[in-house]
Amino acid sequence: MKYPYFPGCTLYTKAKKLDDAGRECSLKLGFELEELPDWTCCGATFPLVNDQHITMSGPTRILADTKDQGNDKLVTLCSVCFNVLKRTNNVMLNDEERRAKITDFIERDYHGEVEVLHYLQLLRDEIGFETLKEKVVKPLTGLKVACYYGCLLLRPVKEIGLDVMENPTIFEDFIRALGGEPVEFPYKVECCGAFQAVHSMDTATRCSRDILRSAKNNGADVVITTCPLCQFNLDDRQPEIQKSDTAFSSIPVVYFTQLLALALDLSADDLGFERNLIDPLPLLKEKGIVA
Amino acid sequence: MKTVISRSQVKGDFVNKVAEISGENFFDCYQCGNCSAGCPSVDEMDLLPSQVVRYLQLGLEEEVKNCKSMWVCAACMMCHARCPKGVDISKIMESLRVLRLREVGAEAHIDVTDFSEEYLARAPQIAMISGYRKFLPL
Amino acid sequence: MGEIVELTGLKDGEPVTCACALGDLSDFESVPVDRRVMVIGGGITGITSAIDLGNAGYQVMLVDRLPSVGGRMLQLSETFPTLDCAQCTLTPRTVESGQHPKVTLKTSCEVEELKGEPGDYRVRIRQKVTYVDWNKCTGCGTCIQKCPSQGVSLFERDAGRMTAIYTLSPQAVPNKPLIDVDRCRYLQLGKCGVCAKSCPVGAIDYEQEESFFEAQVGAIIVATGFDIYDWKNKMPEYGGGQITDVIDGLTMERYLSASGPTAGAVVRPSDGKVVKEIVFIQCVGSRNPEFHKSYCSRVCCMYTAKHARLYKHKVHDGQVYVFYIDIRSTGKGYEQFIQQSVSEEEIVYVRGRAARIYQEGEKIIVQGSDTLSGRKIEIAADMVVVAAAMVPNEGAQELADILGIKCNDDGFFLEDNYKLSPIETGGDGIYIAGCCQGIKDIADSSAQGSAAASKVQVFLSSVRRQNQEAV
Ligand SMILES: Cc1cc2nc3c(=O)[nH]c(=O)nc-3n(C[C@H](O)[C@H](O)[C@H](O)COP(=O)(O)OP(=O)(O)OC[C@H]3O[C@@H](n4cnc5c(N)ncnc54)[C@H](O)[C@@H]3O)c2cc1C
Ligand code: SF4
Ligand code: SF4
Ligand code: SF4
Ligand code: SF4
Repeated sequence: MKYPYFPGCTLYTKAKKLDDAGRECSLKLGFELEELPDWTCCGATFPLVNDQHITMSGPTRILADTKDQGNDKLVTLCSVCFNVLKRTNNVMLNDEERRAKITDFIERDYHGEVEVLHYLQLLRDEIGFETLKEKVVKPLTGLKVACYYGCLLLRPVKEIGLDVMENPTIFEDFIRALGGEPVEFPYKVECCGAFQAVHSMDTATRCSRDILRSAKNNGADVVITTCPLCQFNLDDRQPEIQKSDTAFSSIPVVYFTQLLALALDLSADDLGFERNLIDPLPLLKEKGIVA
Repeated sequence: MKTVISRSQVKGDFVNKVAEISGENFFDCYQCGNCSAGCPSVDEMDLLPSQVVRYLQLGLEEEVKNCKSMWVCAACMMCHARCPKGVDISKIMESLRVLRLREVGAEAHIDVTDFSEEYLARAPQIAMISGYRKFLPL
Repeated sequence: MGEIVELTGLKDGEPVTCACALGDLSDFESVPVDRRVMVIGGGITGITSAIDLGNAGYQVMLVDRLPSVGGRMLQLSETFPTLDCAQCTLTPRTVESGQHPKVTLKTSCEVEELKGEPGDYRVRIRQKVTYVDWNKCTGCGTCIQKCPSQGVSLFERDAGRMTAIYTLSPQAVPNKPLIDVDRCRYLQLGKCGVCAKSCPVGAIDYEQEESFFEAQVGAIIVATGFDIYDWKNKMPEYGGGQITDVIDGLTMERYLSASGPTAGAVVRPSDGKVVKEIVFIQCVGSRNPEFHKSYCSRVCCMYTAKHARLYKHKVHDGQVYVFYIDIRSTGKGYEQFIQQSVSEEEIVYVRGRAARIYQEGEKIIVQGSDTLSGRKIEIAADMVVVAAAMVPNEGAQELADILGIKCNDDGFFLEDNYKLSPIETGGDGIYIAGCCQGIKDIADSSAQGSAAASKVQVFLSSVRRQNQEAV
């Protein structure tokens, strides 16, 4: 089974490992991510004002290309791309006026025919967590995982529809399928500070601190995420957090596909853990997940 | 701190424009404060998200235009996710931002040179792109 | 008048046998149909209607699906605005309803079917199984003392436990026990039988089956009251019922009640420690058109102030915080009650909603805001009480369908005209009163109970006049 796939800029470069692992795991799970030819950046922000259409032209073109190549689905790994594409698609589907403006401008015919899927959704709804469980070679036994959703994978709930807002479970179910132990922590749907990382650093640091503290207080060994921006904030802010809170001890933050790859017995050497500021390898070795 | 308000102020051009491009009716808000209670950015804000809406209800244009809150909003949509009246403050904040950024001679709100090269080398593209979109004049 | 309907297994005029001690309908049937009234729901509203009608010389059948009457008010500790003991005020009335020569109690009963017409209704009632022959039972309580099976109490809510054979409360009217099938070891596993062995009069009957009877009445009053919104399942942001020390207002009543499981001590459900920092959250699930109920539940502002005050009477050095949006205190003396509570007990009213609650170690973190000071507020509390929305009782819609009355979007029974005929339902002979029509306090509930009783009298006297004219 092949699924058209939109990697996005960050997964082509700085989050290459989120992408690599995702693609390799798919092969092990019996499906293939087929990269869209000639894709462009999704724009990384969905316009939150009514009179700004131009930023939607990029994602609309991506969606129209997907459709024109005979596809009705498009898979993403990055929460940001997922959110932007999904919300843009909703506009194409439901807002006649804005759709007309944008499609006229890019000279394409598109009416929201493509269903935008997140990789996790694909695992849950198309592959099935039961099947995934059967394919696991090296279960993540004894690994306590804080499943961090953040904002864009979930909100706005009515538009995204991946899971409920206050207490989603898709991520925990995923970790359970891999044999790991999800820990409940109250900050799992809170914001990491997002793009304030390039503006109000204090916001990003404080938000990350609250999330990480909450994960640790509830016994987590590691935090997982689907988003390169969350991964960056949560990982990179840790030295700064330590400056103001000496009691804070670090915790690794990895992509969900990296743990998936380990459970499917792909080599840790190929997973790019060297990019992480807080190295997850000592933990993974201690837990016997990585030799 | 006496403020005189009037019909022309409550229905002022700026306020109307914010309502128009955000698509939100400020008068849906009954000031319950739930948005502020869950907002991750309040520590850096000068007006709570609910106060931004309150000021818009009163037509306090200058105060809203110059508030810091719009710039530290992370567009996390938590406010909207919990608002009992369905008000989407992430849209209101963005409207305030873009109206400022569209002004003639608008200032940039980020400067790449503020960040170390090392930092920029690690920051993902999505951070930079969304940062540019949120903080640079259009 | 309407044709006589035959219900299965029951011939018209045949004496009715039923498991209930008060099963004898001869008194009830001793008067013509146009002097008989059924009241469905035995809370303060229904009891008021029943006693009023009884005193006016009507024969009343008071039907409640629970084993005893009293409704929610029996669960309350003290009541605003006067802070008198709920049980002390209500028990004389429940007892009166049980002893009134003109009132026949039919508890553990539910309405199954309605036939006939205004002035001559035939109501088929299902008498649920109690596994105790109430004709034999003397109400001595030995069985309850001996029963080894315990579980969460229906009456005490999360605050207390009850045995498998139980009465709802110590002052239950009628004071006869029944067995909860799900918890009874004998009925589940075939082993135990302790109650049967201990009963001095052999009243326990594990083989009992449900029975049906028909009541012929001229008019019906519906007073089925309210329930608490299912906040535990619907509001994960408040812990989704997973945080033991987050309770709702009705459970708080049991903690505050001198006759409750803690004898009035306000302690944490989790570890029994005295609560020193307590947070109340108002409008939980109310006034929230986007996700929950759009209406205001009307009494929670008042009972929250009452809870805060009663708590301070027990824990003098405790601190109370109340998250509120607006204070609704429009009854007589209510505003004064609020103001007095705030100043005397130095309650901190925080003006804003609480967005979420979570457990951190022993404490419960409440994140809210205070729109008056413009601050996001965080409180580490020992216990949190949510003033959860009040909703129509479960089964209200089904009952409405049976009786041919309408419900509004929120499930409250729809009155004919909210302002001019709030008790009428559109059709003659069926009236609504109390919280089933819309949330209200005890004062308004009893007023409506009496109003319904007088409406019934007006209606039945016109029926009588017509009947006489026909003769
Ligand atoms: C926490 C809390 C505190 C309160 N404190 C106060 C206070 O201090 N002062 C005050 O004035 N008010 C107070 N109230 C409000 C008060 O409880 C109500 O006004 C009152 O109980 C309403 O009485 P009712 O008879 O209409 O309903 P209920 O008390 O709910 O009685 C309804 C009866 O109908 C029965 N019933 C339901 N459905 C059926 C059916 N299908 N068939 C047969 N029977 C049925 C039920 O078993 C019940 O016995 C408080 C409420 C709450 C939740
Ligand atoms: S949560 Fe909604 S209604 Fe409440 S103050 Fe914020 S915007 Fe207004
Ligand atoms: S979208 Fe902005 S205002 Fe709303 S909760 Fe997030 S940071 Fe606060
Ligand atoms: S022991 Fe028998 S008589 Fe006594 S309360 Fe129980 S059932 Fe009734
Ligand atoms: S009575 Fe008070 S607490 Fe209850 S819903 Fe209305 S305003 Fe809220």
